[in-house]
Amino acid sequence: MAKRIILGAVAVLLVIASAYASFYIAPEERTMGVIQRIFYFHVGSAWAGMDAFLVCFIANLLYVWRRQEKYDWLGVSSAEVGLVLTTVVLITGPIWAHPVWGIWWTWDARLTSTFVLWLLYVSYLLLRTLVEEQDRRALLSSLFGIFAFLDVPLVFGAIRWWRTQHPSPVIMGGQGSGLDPTMKKVFFFTVLAMNVFAGFLIVERYILEKLKHEVDILQREAEA
Amino acid sequence: MSLLSNTATLLGKELRTEFRSRELLTTTVVFILVVLILFSFAISPTAEESREFGPGLLWLAILFAASLMLQPCFLREQSNDTLSSLRLAVDDPFAIFLAKLVANTLFLLLTEILMLPLFSVFYNIPILPQLRYLLLVLLLGSLGISIAGTALSAISAQARMRELLLPLLLLPLLTPILVVSATVSVSLLEREPVVLWKGIGFLAIFDLVFLTALWLFGEYLLEE
Repeated sequence: MAKRIILGAVAVLLVIASAYASFYIAPEERTMGVIQRIFYFHVGSAWAGMDAFLVCFIANLLYVWRRQEKYDWLGVSSAEVGLVLTTVVLITGPIWAHPVWGIWWTWDARLTSTFVLWLLYVSYLLLRTLVEEQDRRALLSSLFGIFAFLDVPLVFGAIRWWRTQHPSPVIMGGQGSGLDPTMKKVFFFTVLAMNVFAGFLIVERYILEKLKHEVDILQREAEA
Repeated sequence: MSLLSNTATLLGKELRTEFRSRELLTTTVVFILVVLILFSFAISPTAEESREFGPGLLWLAILFAASLMLQPCFLREQSNDTLSSLRLAVDDPFAIFLAKLVANTLFLLLTEILMLPLFSVFYNIPILPQLRYLLLVLLLGSLGISIAGTALSAISAQARMRELLLPLLLLPLLTPILVVSATVSVSLLEREPVVLWKGIGFLAIFDLVFLTALWLFGEYLLEE
């Protein structure tokens, strides 16, 4: 219990500190101005979300291999947390895009593949609600999770290489186009903070899932 | 060797079952036809727009049709209670998948070949000059749809709301196929046709990735 409280406190403090850093420490971007500060939270959530999906994929593989319930709990927990973080990305993205590009949404490679990723994990969670039996649900959703994760690089590649009929908006002159050193520090700090926060959420969600399972067992015993 | 002979036997069974009634083929052909006509009502394209959007609409129609056509693939085994006998009959459960996915690819290709002349007439796009490349794209695309679709229909057959679930699981997963096949087909059917070999290679890679995943994880999909 104490460990959970400490982890929670550290996660929240890190998120607050990174918010402070992105508002007050990072220098203001020359052309985009204050709105660019959403970048830290936006990309930080995206990275943490991808990490959560990676955890989900590993848990799915481990479940298929070992057949232990704990991997199923980890799978659903990290998928949910990843989905929440990706939702944050999909909401903060348009908030950033509208003042800068003048549009809320464009069918650019990164946006579109993030959206497809989001849809895939919505399907993953939906599938879980539609299979009654516990072992079967764990197995089927793990297998779908594996297929979905394998699909992610293909989705990204396909959209990046072939959806280029329309010029994609200039996102700060392309990838890695020389972030200011202070910006870089704040950025990596935010990524760290969001990852710790995601880890905290996954741990909490995992414990909840475990408790649910225990209640299920008790209920069945009481009925028997 | 037994994998191949098992697959051949099972493929014979799949084809016999279908060609006795031809239910699947007839309904799919009619479905694609209806969708293509409705698309043209919805956007009433000019000649130029037809060239630009027609192939994409054709692929969308194929994708929708496939997500319906792949439903009975495992459902039929389930309602006839034949899946466990099938499993007992073969040494490697991959043979069951292989037979089903080859059968599904053949069914899809057959409907597409029946649809192509009608598509060409309705959307006023000459297809004959580029037919062999178009057939190659259709083959690789349909193979990808069938590989992923056969795997997912084994999943959805074990869940509630399966009729709705399969398209929900399958369509986001097939985004790469849709993007790439549509782009390759559009550039094939342009006034000055270009063969995008990179796209055709990408389709082959998609097929290979999911075939390998099915080979690795297929047997778990059929667990009782």
